[in-house]
Amino acid sequence: MPGVHLRAIHTKKFKSAYLSVTCMTPLDGARAAENALIPYVLRRGSREHPDMEAVSAALDELYGGSIEPMVRKKGETQCVGFAASFMDDAYTLEGETILEPAAKLLGELLLRPRTQEGVFFQAYVEGERANLVDRIRGQVNDKRVYATLRMKQIMCREEAYGVDVWGDEAHAAAITPQSLWTAYQRLLARSEVEVYYCGSADPERVERALRSALAGLPRAEELDETPCEIRLHSAAEPQLVEDAMDVTQGKLAMGFRTGGITAWEEDFPALVLLNAVYGGTSLSKLFMNVREKLSLCYYASSVVDKMKGILWVSSGIEFDKYQQARDEILAQLEAVRRGEIEDGELEGARRTMMTAYLTTMDSQARQEDFWLGQAAAGLDEDPQSMARRIEQVTREQVSAAAQKLELDTIYFLKGQEG
Amino acid sequence: MERKDFPKIGEQMYCETLENGLRVFVIPKPEFQKSYAFFATNYGGMNMRFELDGQWQDTPAGVAHYLEHKMFDTREGNALQNLAANGASPNAFTSSAITGYYFESTEKFEENLRILLSFVSLPWFTQESVDKERGIIGQEIGMIHDNPDWRVFSNLMSALYVNHPIRVSVAGTVESISHITPETLYACHKAFYDPSNMVLCVAGNVDPEAICRTAREILPQSSGTAARRDYGQAEPHTVCKALVEENMAVSTTSFQLGFKGDPVEKGPEKLHQELLGDLACEVLLGTSSPLYARLYEEGLLNDNYGYGCDTYPGCAFLCAGGESRDPRAVRDAVLAEGARLVREGIDARLWERLKKASYGSHVRGLNSFENICVGQAQAWFAGYDRFEFPSVFAALDKSDAEDLIARWVREERTALSVIRPKEDLA
Repeated sequence: MPGVHLRAIHTKKFKSAYLSVTCMTPLDGARAAENALIPYVLRRGSREHPDMEAVSAALDELYGGSIEPMVRKKGETQCVGFAASFMDDAYTLEGETILEPAAKLLGELLLRPRTQEGVFFQAYVEGERANLVDRIRGQVNDKRVYATLRMKQIMCREEAYGVDVWGDEAHAAAITPQSLWTAYQRLLARSEVEVYYCGSADPERVERALRSALAGLPRAEELDETPCEIRLHSAAEPQLVEDAMDVTQGKLAMGFRTGGITAWEEDFPALVLLNAVYGGTSLSKLFMNVREKLSLCYYASSVVDKMKGILWVSSGIEFDKYQQARDEILAQLEAVRRGEIEDGELEGARRTMMTAYLTTMDSQARQEDFWLGQAAAGLDEDPQSMARRIEQVTREQVSAAAQKLELDTIYFLKGQEG
Repeated sequence: MERKDFPKIGEQMYCETLENGLRVFVIPKPEFQKSYAFFATNYGGMNMRFELDGQWQDTPAGVAHYLEHKMFDTREGNALQNLAANGASPNAFTSSAITGYYFESTEKFEENLRILLSFVSLPWFTQESVDKERGIIGQEIGMIHDNPDWRVFSNLMSALYVNHPIRVSVAGTVESISHITPETLYACHKAFYDPSNMVLCVAGNVDPEAICRTAREILPQSSGTAARRDYGQAEPHTVCKALVEENMAVSTTSFQLGFKGDPVEKGPEKLHQELLGDLACEVLLGTSSPLYARLYEEGLLNDNYGYGCDTYPGCAFLCAGGESRDPRAVRDAVLAEGARLVREGIDARLWERLKKASYGSHVRGLNSFENICVGQAQAWFAGYDRFEFPSVFAALDKSDAEDLIARWVREERTALSVIRPKEDLA
């Protein structure tokens, strides 16, 4: 099937089999909400299993398997589909096989939705649209996540990356069964499709089961490309945005551009290690100094987006510690830039990152997410190879990567006056 | 070491009780990159009143959690950093019933295990370090206070229970932790961090005998006596408050619904009750129950929804929670469904199907080392082995679930906790 890629991992170490089918589509403010809604409406019912009770009953019979809508963002690609986890065939009580009926059910949910007058079943669209609107509004509830989300929206407001993976409320509220049906046809026909399996079945059997399950997938002449815009530099002066809300703890988020270091670049492992040294572990500069030594915050950590080339720091602080915490977070970066990294800090960060890559193989869900990220980036490097490259990074390379970081945006969520 | 085989679920477990009373479990997983060690004490947020050296002690709310934070301090520095320097990911948690310390690593397992056993068994507190921690924990209390999921559950516990200390927050309050001194922490460590009150569970590519050797070498040779605990006055069957509502800066209304149950004593009966309670939840209000499908379609529930049966020493309850525009309607619908199930009985096909599904979920849960080790530690403290679940499942009967629902899912045993958005929020 053109544009459909299968990665089948054959292993007996897990109790479950993991199966996912994901459409890769460019992140676009006008379409993100519709794309995000599609798997949730599909999950409500198919022609053969027309409502949730019927779908649940079918899953229960497969030893309580799960098929969950998945909506993820990898760089500027919106990844939309289903992930399924089933008990592995090796553990069924009466020797039944689960892979084939599970793949069939997944294919059915994806390709043969319950319809009404030629489009999606209206009640399902209305119900899931309301859930999507609630989910978008609900992002404010977790202040830690919300603060970094706002920071990224502000920082990348002129780039596709600034679009949230769920879209925005206005677009979500405007969705109709007809508009969603059109979006669905487009998504199926024009997306590259990533299929992943991990479990005890041999790859030939997996391929057979999936070919049959996805037989009705439409394929357009031309598939959508999913590029990712990389901005090398920030504006000369970082922008500062503050919001006030009724909270007891302030949230500070700071976004940096990595000066072009991304997953495709030679010096990417240095960026990974820089992030670990700076704020990625419990041994990092931010954790050890801003939290432990100076008690300026409850948490302070940093995260890297490997495709977009940005790094952000997230911290929970007292309102009146804003200036102090911000200065200290930047002072720690300066120290890394100057190469002031102790052996223990560097090696601890290195071991932690190597462990993180190696243990990806110990979790089906993490492995799937890793390979989806690689697929979005068009890369084929496995976690072991990444671990080996991190082993080679020098202190000089870490501080060189730190020197390339440019502060772009500061976002502070503070309490209301009075 | 004794080896137990569980062929149905493809597991093996080595076990031994050391001379000092420490119980050791090792689950070999040779195909994995990582190894995981979990060292836990049968002591959590609810053990505030206990007898030590003939004296009854009342300790402040939050002391078990405070102690957990301070245990990482060593005479030489901080164990967290020593473990992290080896690339291990260490952490710890305190629940109402237990405190557990753990790490996951891909190399230097034995060295990491030594660090773990050593810092947990050797307390080192100074006035300065204890005072400094107060700011960090105060921040943590502030952070969970802003978290609606935490608040809604915490409010449910204090609505369900009148006396049982499960109703008290594990972290305590800024006020309660202000009374904690190094002496309080030393007393709690002495009372509860005795090898005979602890368990070590390891899963991974490891040699079981070597783990016992390391434990013998690092830990004290002999054990003291386990402290007696007091959970307060006898708990009534009825709830403390039927409804607790609070407003927060959130966008959607969330709820936790609880049904107060009858706790059972330690032993395999406990596993039976947990599995039965979970299945009763599935039948009554689970995501593949008829009631959930109806409430979902009416827009009263969405997929942000979870439920289960929780048991602790001296208490057991069912709870279900998520988001709803009308939590009271959800509560009333669940009570009505409970009454219907008692009246008409559980559909036999639904029961078999849900049992199969629940079994599969438990098997899949064994992918997680954390799940296996934390589960086995809790199981040991509660008097059973986690891997025994397949035979308990086979024996679960529909009439037991009907009986549990008839006894627990009643108005006077029901509490509802609700968090509503503040009016002024946009």
